[in-house]
Amino acid sequence: MLKLSVCIGSSCHIKGSRHVVEDLQYLISAHNLQELVELSGTFCMGKCQQGVCVTVDDALSTVSPDTVNAFFEKEVLAKVV
Amino acid sequence: MKKFDTKVQHLKYLALREVAKLAWNGTLAREAIGIPERIIPGNQPTMRCCVYKERAIIAERVKLAMGGDRSNPNVIEVIGLACDECPMGGYEVSSACRGCLAHRCEDVCRRGAITFNQKREARIDKTRCVECGQCAKVCPYGAILNYTRPCERSCKAKAIRVGEDKVARIDGGKCVACGACVYQCPWGAIMDKSYILDVVDLLKDAVSGAGRKVYAVVAPSISSQFTYAKLGQVVAGLKRLGFHTVVEAALGADMVAMSESRELAKKGMLLSSCCPAFVSYVRKHFPALETRLSQSLSPAATISRYIKSVDPAAKTVFIGPCTAKKAEYSDTPAAEFVDSTLTFEELQALFDSREIDINALEEDVLDNASYYGRIFARSGGLSDALAQGLRESGLDDFELRAFPCDGIEEFRVALQRLSRNTLDANFIEGMACVGGCIGGAGCLTHGEKNKLEVDKYGREALEKTIGDAVRVLPESVTLGKSGIF
Repeated sequence: MLKLSVCIGSSCHIKGSRHVVEDLQYLISAHNLQELVELSGTFCMGKCQQGVCVTVDDALSTVSPDTVNAFFEKEVLAKVV
Repeated sequence: MKKFDTKVQHLKYLALREVAKLAWNGTLAREAIGIPERIIPGNQPTMRCCVYKERAIIAERVKLAMGGDRSNPNVIEVIGLACDECPMGGYEVSSACRGCLAHRCEDVCRRGAITFNQKREARIDKTRCVECGQCAKVCPYGAILNYTRPCERSCKAKAIRVGEDKVARIDGGKCVACGACVYQCPWGAIMDKSYILDVVDLLKDAVSGAGRKVYAVVAPSISSQFTYAKLGQVVAGLKRLGFHTVVEAALGADMVAMSESRELAKKGMLLSSCCPAFVSYVRKHFPALETRLSQSLSPAATISRYIKSVDPAAKTVFIGPCTAKKAEYSDTPAAEFVDSTLTFEELQALFDSREIDINALEEDVLDNASYYGRIFARSGGLSDALAQGLRESGLDDFELRAFPCDGIEEFRVALQRLSRNTLDANFIEGMACVGGCIGGAGCLTHGEKNKLEVDKYGREALEKTIGDAVRVLPESVTLGKSGIF
């Protein structure tokens, strides 16, 4: 199970973490990965400058609503499929 | 810059601030004894008969700031020394009576309790008077006064009575810890216990790097407080104190709105569980209705449980306007999720104990919750959120007949009617403080504008629906499956 955590703290929230969450939820179900990927929201990771902060297992990535597709392909799809 | 409504609050604040200051320095055990003289210097009394009594009362405030009498489970305590033993004779005729001809007082009194002396001035025969107050209402000179104690008058749970020594006593079996008496006693003789030392310990640990991250969970009513600064500066101040991050309790309120609306649709009748003083009132005064209480945890406990589910080592501190929360997080199962509780008064003392001038800080951000989660802070907000929760859950068919109760007196009537099956409603929103949480005893200020501030803060939320705000939270959390009440 791949653990995907999106920061929903205030700073990332304002940078669009909800859109990132929405897109990831869509992508996960579009690829039928509900059994392989666990998506959750977490609070401040202390790297607000790099937000929206997303961790895949424990590795941190910076994702924006514009880059979420590319991120998903590289960091999620590539690892579970 | 006016930070408080009254001088009583200011004195309490001074005791809290000095206690916190020494705790940060690690010298509290040694130096606490010197606090009263530091707050009341010199030898000229300004409040009581002599400076020694003034200092003795401050020493009692210091004790309460350090957690108070641990053998007394109530978070609200009477400072016997500070109680002025106010008169309490009930209705009496004052010297403003002019001995007029109309004698409306006599006419209105159904008990024949009004008599007249030789100067035709009214007198009340206490053996007949039932304290209905009609005479006071009709007197054209307002000459009839009601001598009741402000503490007793403020206590709508009827938990305050007078002991044989004339000092106020609180009946723990009836008290719901709403704190109305704390705010209303003009002598500051009733005070809430403080857990500020526990919070200082948590923060000292966290700052030293040895401890765990401390999350501040702030109530939405914060938007009407600290009016001398921006909300973003309050957030920055909290981080300066050592909090890892600041999370809105309102996000927990969003989760509660979702779970409670579904629970309501399933059960058909529900009492809200957000206000700990209301929950306590139901349990102590209407135990037969306890099963009707919602199984949802309160918003702050709900969000704290979520924080601990993603960061199991986290410590959480709820910061709000509420004294009853202190009871909720010390003697109910919700204490498992919330490690400590501060009021806004105590937060101000904490800022000043570290000499943090929040006005000088750059604004940080606070944004997690939706409009609906944020308006929980004012009366009627929860009912609005529940209606929205039903709509968003596709439960439009369920007809919500909400009965928002603003203050204890309103919900007492509603609960009585519910007991007799004469209440035309299927949801009682119980808020013990008049106006909702913004009327809480731990607020710095209680103003007319506070409701507008909360609504404005609500409208500023990025998320316009509850579903948007709770989108990423797993259903097991939003639906409170491990509800423990």
